[in-house]
Amino acid sequence: LPAAVLLKDTKLMDVKLGQLGSWLAMRDFTPSGILGAVRRGYDRYYNKYINVRKGGIGGVSMVLAGYIVLSYMWSYSHI
Amino acid sequence: VLHTTRPLHTTQQSLAPVPPLPEKGGEVRHGFIPEEFFQFLYPKTGVTGPYMLGTGLLLYFLSKEIYVINHETVAAACILGVFIYGIKRFGPDVAAYADKLNEEKMASALAMKNEAMQALQTAIEEEKKEQWRVEGRTYLFDAKRNNIAMLLETNYRERLMMVYNEVKKRLDYQVAMQALKRQKEQDHMIQWVEKNVIQSITPQQQKESIAKCILDLKALSKSAQAAV
Repeated sequence: LPAAVLLKDTKLMDVKLGQLGSWLAMRDFTPSGILGAVRRGYDRYYNKYINVRKGGIGGVSMVLAGYIVLSYMWSYSHI
Repeated sequence: VLHTTRPLHTTQQSLAPVPPLPEKGGEVRHGFIPEEFFQFLYPKTGVTGPYMLGTGLLLYFLSKEIYVINHETVAAACILGVFIYGIKRFGPDVAAYADKLNEEKMASALAMKNEAMQALQTAIEEEKKEQWRVEGRTYLFDAKRNNIAMLLETNYRERLMMVYNEVKKRLDYQVAMQALKRQKEQDHMIQWVEKNVIQSITPQQQKESIAKCILDLKALSKSAQAAV
């Protein structure tokens, strides 16, 4: 009998679509929680694409592409 | 306050050796789309799925004017063109240069580590040699003990010699004193006896003895004449 995993502990990719709302409500939205989430995201990206022996252009260019898209979204109303 | 009931150092965690860096980063296709996206869509749509999605999205943005074409589009296109040309042309050279820098750092770190290990090894050798040297201590002490014994012996013999010489000097002095005394007594007695004898010879006795000597001489001359 597989041990039932609490909804709180499942990863985002394993959450079913119907449970998404409740899963999102259970997340930690305190300042320290948000900071921790940002830290974790940064660490994951950094360790996967930048902190390697032979990194390529992808690590930096993905950040730049994201920046381009975000700035376009913010300045859309001015166009 | 340390809670002694809390167990310390329960895990095997240690900070060294640090695990080595991975060789290559996550795969990225066309420079800005991670490979995981293509793998995510592969079971449902095969190989061309993501490209179809990209084309559809692009046309949708263009037609609905979510992405507006203006002067900035041309500028962006030129800039992107230059970027891609530069990366394609100079990418490998820059990568090789960066790798060379990394190699140098690693080599210097390794050299330091090897030097430290070498130094410690030689220190161990030296230590072993010192330990071996310590074993010779007993011989050193034996030699010293012999030296001291010899010094003591020499000193003792010198003193014995001195004692003997002093005693002999004193005894010689006593002997010389006695000999001198006896000689003096003897001389004095002889002188006294001679003096008395000469005093006792009266003139008359002198005449008588001279006459007797002349008679004896005559007798002797007669016998001597006969012998010749």
